[in-house]
Amino acid sequence: MRTTRLMLAAGALAASTAMAAAQDGGQLNIYNWGNYTSPEMIEKFEEETGITVTVTDFDSNDTALTRIRAGGHGFDIVVPSNNYVPIWVEAGLLQELDPEEIPNMANIAERWRDVPWDPNRTHTVPWQWGTTGVIVNTSVYEGDIDTSAIFLDPPDELKGKINVIPEMTDVMNMTVRYVGGEQCTEDRDILRQARDKLVEAKQHWIALDYGTVDAYAAGDIAAGVYWNGASMRARLQNEDLAYGYPKEGYPIWMDSAAILTDAQNTENAKKFLNFVLEPENAAMISEFARYANGVEGSDEFMPEDMTTAPEIVVAPEHEEAAYFSVTCPAETQQLYTQIWTELLR
Amino acid sequence: MSAVELAPHGADTDKPKAARGDIAWRWWLVTPALIVLLLAASGPLLIVLVYSFLEPGSFGGVVWNFSTEGWFQVFFTRDIFDETVAPATAHLDIFWRSIKLALYTTLITAILGFPTAWFIATRAPDVRPIWLFLVTIPFWTNLVIRTFAIQEVIRNEGLVNNILMTLGITSAPIQMLFTDFAILLGMAYVFLPLMVLPLYASMEKLDFKLLEAGYDLYATRLKVLWHIVLPLVKPGFIAGSILVFIPAIGAYVTPRILGGGRNLMLGNLIELQFGQGRNWPLGSALALTLLVIVVIALLFYIRSTAQPEGRRHG
Repeated sequence: MRTTRLMLAAGALAASTAMAAAQDGGQLNIYNWGNYTSPEMIEKFEEETGITVTVTDFDSNDTALTRIRAGGHGFDIVVPSNNYVPIWVEAGLLQELDPEEIPNMANIAERWRDVPWDPNRTHTVPWQWGTTGVIVNTSVYEGDIDTSAIFLDPPDELKGKINVIPEMTDVMNMTVRYVGGEQCTEDRDILRQARDKLVEAKQHWIALDYGTVDAYAAGDIAAGVYWNGASMRARLQNEDLAYGYPKEGYPIWMDSAAILTDAQNTENAKKFLNFVLEPENAAMISEFARYANGVEGSDEFMPEDMTTAPEIVVAPEHEEAAYFSVTCPAETQQLYTQIWTELLR
Repeated sequence: MSAVELAPHGADTDKPKAARGDIAWRWWLVTPALIVLLLAASGPLLIVLVYSFLEPGSFGGVVWNFSTEGWFQVFFTRDIFDETVAPATAHLDIFWRSIKLALYTTLITAILGFPTAWFIATRAPDVRPIWLFLVTIPFWTNLVIRTFAIQEVIRNEGLVNNILMTLGITSAPIQMLFTDFAILLGMAYVFLPLMVLPLYASMEKLDFKLLEAGYDLYATRLKVLWHIVLPLVKPGFIAGSILVFIPAIGAYVTPRILGGGRNLMLGNLIELQFGQGRNWPLGSALALTLLVIVVIALLFYIRSTAQPEGRRHG
């Protein structure tokens, strides 16, 4: 809601005072996931720089990629997920970044500096990162929740009350890990086991749906596959909810901000990337979206409920089961789609 | 310019000599619409057709090599375990589910729409516009918002269940959300006005003296309805059915939000290929298959309307 109002206001402002805006800091057009950009942080950026910011939402990596590829989009900054960054870079859609021009790149936490999807951070800077795990209402089920069995071999208490996010690749890979394979596997035997497991489990699912923070909080849904930040938002509404890290394997992802090759406002975009790498500003994004940010020193600016949240701070015993999701090759993707279609027929 | 030229044409319409010029003028009037249709409908459709005969790109998009694999995958599937080729029964199931849903929606809106339209058509002429205006109110709000509103009403902790439990009619919430019932409810709600409006249009023209004649000849109310009213408002039913059936078969938002996404509809299946599945040629071929189904349905309607017309004139 805030974002929408801000966008409207920004639009009206841009229309009525286009001249004034041009004299000020100019424009910046950000293309980001919905409900993911802190309006307070944007306001602060606008005040400091005089740049008028417009934020436009996308709902999936594929949507974003398709729209930018089509051209004529008018965006300067985009925030793709780690597994899509190589596609963007390979397609030449992102500008190379110069640490001299974005000095705050020095603030990127050690762990996120040299990452497999963007070696030495030549094209992107961290925005937010998180995990995909399971959420369980502990008033309904008290057993072990750090397992994918929650949705693949559900205990009786949870049967018929499980929601699974319709993210094909994440759900497929978690299932493949559960039956003993590796992500993006082409091993037919593993795939057969994964398919059988999914078909059997699906009869216990009530839905494959995205937007369910309220449904979890209200108790409509008792368990499911969910993102850590959203799980935390749900727990703040209902403290019976807990987030589990499946020991069989769960994906970690990081969304990273980058400047588009055909950006109209490259200089403003650089200012913005530098701005979000300031610990205080990164903390504002985290406070809004409820995910960790990968900027060193931002913890001290974060509210305490974030720095102690079990959904955000991954305990050492859960670190080993995490894997970075990669983009599967086209062949695997087709096998996955075929199984997925079979599952949802 | 148009106002000046329109006036004499309007005055001349009854004169045969002016007829030819009038027809030419009408063609000019329709030209902008034809251009828009050509550019906005036929153009993209052609692109979809071409894409359906190409190879999928690794990360979405297409590779410009001719391939019939997209079309092959619509109808056949290679077993991922032993590579045997079998009919794509999963796709067939999804097609059939969408067709069934569209048929049910048409039927329900027809049953609910008939009395509604009848009610409006039998009001005094000066209050009819008010009732029609009320029918169009749902169009003021975005479809997604209305669908989420329905979700709020029928969810476990929602309005209906709370009322039922407060009144003691049920002790536990009835699971309505994420069921086929929810999908049908949402679809009927969304498409009802599209059935009511054409039905009303045909009822408004109805000559009520014919009904009186029927009663005078000792016909029962049911007989009057069956032999007089229904045949006369049939064009309204047909127009309404077309308006409801065609968008219903490709419905995407309502089944997804209210049905919970456990089963794919045609629209979701097509989206899967363009999104996470990254198989645009298959998506294009599926979209065109949907188009063919719609065209077949239209031809069926046209045939069923053409016959009585022919009898009347010949």
